[in-house]
Amino acid sequence: MEEGGEHLQAFDYATPRSVEEAVSLLAERGDEARVLAGGTDIIVQVREGRRRVALLVDVKHIAELNQLTYDAAAGLVIGAAVPCYKIYGQSDIAAAYPGLIDAVSLVGGIQIQGRATVGGNLCNASPAADTIPALIVHEAICIIAGPNGRRDVPVEQFCTAPGRTTLQRGEFLVALRIPAPKPNSGAAYLRFIPRNEMDIAVVGAGASVVLDQARNSFTAARIALGAVAPTPLLVESAAAALVGQPVSDEVIQRAAEAAQAAARPIDDMRGTAEYRRHLVGVLTRRALRGAIQRAKER
Amino acid sequence: MPTKVHVQTRINGEEIDFLCEPRQSLLEVLRDELGLTGSKEGCNNGNCGACSVLLDGVLVDSCLVLAVEVAGREVTTIEGIAGTNGLHPLQQKFLEHAALQCGICTPGFIVAAKALLDKKPQPTEHDVRHWLAGNLCRCTGYDKIIRAVLDAAKAMEAKV
Repeated sequence: MEEGGEHLQAFDYATPRSVEEAVSLLAERGDEARVLAGGTDIIVQVREGRRRVALLVDVKHIAELNQLTYDAAAGLVIGAAVPCYKIYGQSDIAAAYPGLIDAVSLVGGIQIQGRATVGGNLCNASPAADTIPALIVHEAICIIAGPNGRRDVPVEQFCTAPGRTTLQRGEFLVALRIPAPKPNSGAAYLRFIPRNEMDIAVVGAGASVVLDQARNSFTAARIALGAVAPTPLLVESAAAALVGQPVSDEVIQRAAEAAQAAARPIDDMRGTAEYRRHLVGVLTRRALRGAIQRAKER
Repeated sequence: MPTKVHVQTRINGEEIDFLCEPRQSLLEVLRDELGLTGSKEGCNNGNCGACSVLLDGVLVDSCLVLAVEVAGREVTTIEGIAGTNGLHPLQQKFLEHAALQCGICTPGFIVAAKALLDKKPQPTEHDVRHWLAGNLCRCTGYDKIIRAVLDAAKAMEAKV
């Protein structure tokens, strides 16, 4: 290493002011261009030589990418360049989307949360990304702009493999749209790490539930898992085990078993497949209990 | 050689101009071009917090910011923490509590702790430990650092 530390490879830097300008830069440069939002993944990847880029397209100067708007009827729009700290810093958003708030509060430490964006966490497409299971249980929709205009993709279909997404040449993520929370609903996300802070999930689990008027049974549910498959997983079989059933330990256990059956974990430095499968059961039960608690308190 | 970019910014309250390549991190420019060597390079990948600075008042790792990104922004480094009348209470309390040994992590801890006290002047011990999780110290075992921050908060409250 030379004095002054590792240098990044040389690249060009662009600051488009509009979505159209960004699309045309990304379309022109293809794979050698990459979007820069918070930079907490891409700068490290480029510095460590894990990714080659000839152009970084800084999208933080596009107004639409910085929007953060919440309306109790219309729901939430998070521009793809909005850093984590802004999301948990807004009390109406924090109250409406508790599962998302759990996740953005867990990404890195305070320094990382000051820069890292939910959009970037999604586009980095790590199987262990904390915000993705939370976005899935909150039914987020990805708003994508590209050379052929705009398209919407449900967040659970956005990641296609580790580090890979549905984005095609010239496309980039503009914003995430999350529907308004339903009455009697609650959500939670939690993960297991061997430390207290600043670590990557061994397993992550998100849950959202909608309870009936009496708050005794499930009318809808979503369960999502991280770090147990090549992409974050929406586990429909776990939700099916809950809907129409009373809120009880037995029903929660059946959902947890369905989540365990859907998980396809691997052995790696963070844990064995067997251990991960065990954690899926524990974390699914806890995430569900957290979501139910919040639904009752809402 | 790629073209250098002209960047105008404010650092520690002063208007600053510099030339840099897009690939240079803010940390690199602070240390190697501007002579502000208080911010330290530890891990250079966002784990250790030794390069912590405030960007428009928000705590960030300067190794994960490109220098070109700070055009038109306001940067505060450890060099901007002390007042004209001497050390900031955090700096004073770090000395009194011997909250450092080798000292490499100290500027990052002080900048991070300043960001916490700006936001929450009377934090609990849990608040301090949580907030400083992005700063690593391999010497002290953290307890003295936590005590120094809590004591600085107390001293600053007494002064108000």
